[in-house]
Amino acid sequence: MPTDVTREEVQQLVAAGAQLVDVLPADEYAAEHIAGACNLPLKELNRETAARLDRDRAVIVYCWDYQ
Amino acid sequence: MSPRAAWRLESLGFTQVYDYAAGEADWFANGLPREGRDASIPRVGDVADREVPTCQLDDHIGDVRERVRATGCDTCLVMNDERVVLGRLRGNTFDAPAERSAEELMVAGPTTIRPDVRVTEMLERMREKNIASVIVTTSDGRLVGLMDRASAERAIPAEVTVR
Repeated sequence: MPTDVTREEVQQLVAAGAQLVDVLPADEYAAEHIAGACNLPLKELNRETAARLDRDRAVIVYCWDYQ
Repeated sequence: MSPRAAWRLESLGFTQVYDYAAGEADWFANGLPREGRDASIPRVGDVADREVPTCQLDDHIGDVRERVRATGCDTCLVMNDERVVLGRLRGNTFDAPAERSAEELMVAGPTTIRPDVRVTEMLERMREKNIASVIVTTSDGRLVGLMDRASAERAIPAEVTVR
């Protein structure tokens, strides 16, 4: 079950090596995103695209807010 | 959107998956680093003065005005212990008899805006409606600061156009 995290926990996890993933569409990511995040839009999330992520490290996903 | 992405990653075999549901809105609102084509356009939370004078409901205006005048600000925000903004004092309310309370004199329930709003967007509204300053709070009403129009004008990069 995915774990909900706060802003402070995100900062701690990233400092410990977690991958930060913006799941918004590519154009929204291009406009603005959290520094250091990569883009993997929800609509394109599948076995092939997820292979870009390191399975051995934590993954934090985010979008704009509670949408 | 992010909860579904988190569950999808788990279905694909990822075992350490976290969901930052508050997302960019929360990150940007707190002035944390961002990147991208529009990242140089400041957000209201970047510009708001976080040292704006504040007081409590039962504070006497005589005490409040001394503090406010010392800062050179024309506004004092009335908050509770949770930093939720309940009212605003400004202008000639500071000239009221010293023993009157902030609660009696404040304008209750002032309009507030969120810190993740782009300054360009807010400045356009401030110009249209001739608003000198806006109160910035989180979505649950807690004070972030006060953004005045002059600060907003100064914060916008020269290459960005505001209508």
